[in-house]
Amino acid sequence: MTKILFVILGTILVENFVLTKFLGICPYLGVSKKMDSALGMSGAVIFVMTIASAVTWVVNEYVLRPYGLDYLQTIAFILVIASLVQFVELLLKRFIKPLYNSLGIYLPLITTNCAVLGVALLNIQNSSSFGMSVLYGFAAGLSFTFALILFSGIREKLETCNVAKSFKGLPIALITAAFMALSFMGFQGMFTF
Amino acid sequence: MKKGFKEFSKGIIRENPIFALVLGMCPTLAVTTSAENGVGMGIAATVVLLGSNIVISLLRKVIPNKVRIPAYITVIAGFVTIIQLILKAYFTDLDKALGIFIPLIVVNCIILARAEMYASKNNVGYSILDALGMGVGFTAALVLVGGIREILGSGTIFGIDVSFGVIPQATLFILPAGGFLVLGLLMAAYNKFTKGKEKVADCASCPIQCFNAEQGEKS
Repeated sequence: MTKILFVILGTILVENFVLTKFLGICPYLGVSKKMDSALGMSGAVIFVMTIASAVTWVVNEYVLRPYGLDYLQTIAFILVIASLVQFVELLLKRFIKPLYNSLGIYLPLITTNCAVLGVALLNIQNSSSFGMSVLYGFAAGLSFTFALILFSGIREKLETCNVAKSFKGLPIALITAAFMALSFMGFQGMFTF
Repeated sequence: MKKGFKEFSKGIIRENPIFALVLGMCPTLAVTTSAENGVGMGIAATVVLLGSNIVISLLRKVIPNKVRIPAYITVIAGFVTIIQLILKAYFTDLDKALGIFIPLIVVNCIILARAEMYASKNNVGYSILDALGMGVGFTAALVLVGGIREILGSGTIFGIDVSFGVIPQATLFILPAGGFLVLGLLMAAYNKFTKGKEKVADCASCPIQCFNAEQGEKS
């Protein structure tokens, strides 16, 4: 139990996917302008990352490894993730309509979110067990959510600020992100797992 | 000849993939803790971009429009695997330094964006020039960011000591926060000198996202 808690808190605060690992920067800068879209995106990312961690683990363990095809990981994983996202979208549309309505438009956007492929590759690199991989995928999704929601809160305020012309838009957003990363450094070494 | 040169040179400043098109932010921030890593990442991405641009340009009349994105991803993933194996065999240090970001070249928006916006519409010759220009622009931007972070953060450039033992080092700059800060300031400077419009990094900067969004709206 403690271990589960440590993995989740450690991934969110100490090794935050966006702010210390630099994974998923594109959606972090892209959909953080409005809180609503940030929430929708976050839900979809948590969902897909958890499932993708499970599926890529199974593919690696039972398809690639037994046949010595480890070098095909990159191709296999990106194709698995792309088709998985499509599949999940269809399933949700058919069976869980309310969830589809809230996450639907964000699902296809995350095929190329590098955090999803990143978490699958990190699981293999750390040679985690199945349970651990799924937990790490879930925690990684939460850490992305945490950073994205904090950031979109700041950016909504930033919109109304009087910013120097050449800093408008992305430059000031990047500098804001720098200070967020700086404050997250305060958690360094708090949890180890 | 003149058009060819233009296709090559546009990627370096006017349409620089990082500062003007705002593509491929993850590797730009993650691997630029030193100028050397910047060069390594830049060259790796350029080779993949060149390969994928050539193949996609050659196949542009064969690939059906509906499945073009999965087809592009497969081609790109193939070239990334080649680079991954080469780096592992001959450049072990670089492979360790870049780590997970080598396989992640697959989802680097620059490569897919050039496939979608350029190689699928132009012939092989121009596609090669476009890939080289974009590659040089990307590499130059990475080296710039990496160089600044290395000088400020560890007092060296390409591993050569430039602090002369007197200038103190601000470790902050090789930490993640420094990456965001340096890139933000450089982008502001780029805006100032090119008088560019305000940058918007939304789904427009990532073609696959737009493609998927379109599909999503239709269905």
